[in-house]
Amino acid sequence: ADIISTVEFNHTGELLATGDKGGRVVIFQREQESKNQPHRRGEYNVYSTFQSHEPEFDYLKSLEIEEKINKIRWLPQQNAAYFLLSTNDKTVKLWKVSERDKRPEGYNLKDEDGRLRDPSMITVLRVPVLRPMDLMVEATPRRVFANAHTYHINSISVNSDYETYMSADDLRINLWNFEITNQSFNIVDIKPANMEELTEVITAAEFHPHHCNTFVYSSSKGTIRLCDMRTAALCDRHAKFFEEPEDPSNRSFFSEIISSISDVKFSHSGRYIMTRDYLTVKVWDLNMENRPIETYQVHDYLRSKLCSLYENDCIFDKFECVWNGSDSVIMTGSYNNFFRMFDRNTKRDVMLEASRENSKPRAILKPRKVCVGGKRRKDEISVDSLDFSKKILHTAWHPSENIIAVAATNNLYIFQDKVN
Amino acid sequence: MFVRGLKRKCFDGEEDIEGTLAGIKAIPSYNLQRQSLLDMSLVKLQLCHMLVEPNLCRSVLIANTVRQIQEEMTQDGTWQMINTQSTGQASLDRLVSTDILCRSSRDQAEEKHGPAYGTFNKDFEGDQAQDSSETMSTVSAVQAPRNLQNNVWEMESPQENKGNFQKSLDQIFETLENKSPNTVEDLFSEVDNSYYDLDTMLTGMMSNTKMGHCDSLETFSSPTNTASNSNCKSDLNDLDHIVEILVES
Repeated sequence: ADIISTVEFNHTGELLATGDKGGRVVIFQREQESKNQPHRRGEYNVYSTFQSHEPEFDYLKSLEIEEKINKIRWLPQQNAAYFLLSTNDKTVKLWKVSERDKRPEGYNLKDEDGRLRDPSMITVLRVPVLRPMDLMVEATPRRVFANAHTYHINSISVNSDYETYMSADDLRINLWNFEITNQSFNIVDIKPANMEELTEVITAAEFHPHHCNTFVYSSSKGTIRLCDMRTAALCDRHAKFFEEPEDPSNRSFFSEIISSISDVKFSHSGRYIMTRDYLTVKVWDLNMENRPIETYQVHDYLRSKLCSLYENDCIFDKFECVWNGSDSVIMTGSYNNFFRMFDRNTKRDVMLEASRENSKPRAILKPRKVCVGGKRRKDEISVDSLDFSKKILHTAWHPSENIIAVAATNNLYIFQDKVN
Repeated sequence: MFVRGLKRKCFDGEEDIEGTLAGIKAIPSYNLQRQSLLDMSLVKLQLCHMLVEPNLCRSVLIANTVRQIQEEMTQDGTWQMINTQSTGQASLDRLVSTDILCRSSRDQAEEKHGPAYGTFNKDFEGDQAQDSSETMSTVSAVQAPRNLQNNVWEMESPQENKGNFQKSLDQIFETLENKSPNTVEDLFSEVDNSYYDLDTMLTGMMSNTKMGHCDSLETFSSPTNTASNSNCKSDLNDLDHIVEILVES
């Protein structure tokens, strides 16, 4: 199995899509809850697997284009088929996933194997009928949106109008119409005229969940800009600018790097945005630009290890963050296969581990704790024993229930609330 | 401005440093740490080229860090004092950095192969004659193997060594100082067309910069080995071989 690079529930939570480093998409579907076992909630089983992107070679630059799926975003369901967008560094594709459980039988011109029948041998005409067959799930690429990005795509976001979506790379954001693949509008361009002056890149972008004219994008300098597409065709001037003033007592050579925002997500209500930087998760009120309303320390015990983490490149890891359905809990990943949840109302938080060795299936997860000082209690793990190669970068939360999907390298874990 | 008292936050291998520099009572020099960080950053920028386009965000962040260090060094006066070749009241701090950067003539004899010149030699496209001659002279000034770090504070013939150091340092800093386009800015000129150009931009700089800090920093780095680390290490193993050839010839 390949390293999972993105995880996303669809809008009903019935489907869960994962993309991996090999360009494959695997979709899981939740079982219908059976009447026989009402206490056992629906489990997720593989529904469809397909190869979304292939490795490519850019002949002009003599560079490979990775097939790794950076993001998957579902479209809201409008008919029996499911649609999703998947993207690698350069190309976005719209995939249609549909079921086929009937097949026509009784053609006149060909027989059941598909071989053509000799017309001179046909003496009787019949009407083909649809007969049931084993369920088959097909994935077909419906649109390919290519050649619009010079830099690596880091985000895609479907607009609430369901007609357009945006794709963001390091320096530009493009707006697409789903029906048109050979054109896109450039709505943000932060490329400086002189590339020598480049000091800031776009790290993530997302549309507002309800206002189709509003979107945000985050930068490597720890700022978030909210833009309104009604003001101008090119949204170079932001409508709002969110930045927290730097804390002078925490200043170091790594301050800028750890302030770089790796993910930005609107709350379901549309009132808040959540940002993830290297050590913290912050919640911002859209009405207050000068500082976040909440800041949560994800793994502050790493603050004294920044130089090592810089050397082994872990400081550049891009962690994602997610809201639960009611915007009351936020979740993000960490190292050693740990992930954290913060309850915004009770201010309680918990750190859990996604690992087969340390938890049996159906067992309740035990909270984990990292100790910094010398005295290590039983069950605690010391900072120096953390495995930095086991990082949880991608997680997803079911839109309405307490079901979470956690990607730990090449394993996918699905956790549910305990049912009494 | 950075307060000296913050140095403990920005460099976290301190216990190891103090172990290596056995018997030294002085705390790790802020300048030394800063210099190590600068060198490490430059190595990262250079080594990040692969068959796949390097991550622009990472490159920008590293370049900003390099720029920040350079600015601070300029403000500190560290930059200028080295450039003017004054042998005046050179502080022990600067001598320490110097010693780490350049090998003393005494230790050339017992030199093991230091790391890190091979890639840059391989990637040289233009100016080969000039660059290789500079490389040769700085190979002799290549970073000390680990045992030298124990001798870091011992300056047997400081005057004579200082002369050599200053000369080698000049070569190193000449390419790093702000003459015409800032080297850091050089990194991004033409990055639009091809990330390969990052290499050609940097080779002029890298040929004169001591690379070896990867080696010294391995003693400081965390024990965890990540995948990205292994890329760096396999490169260094190749480089060891190439530098060995350079040194023997």
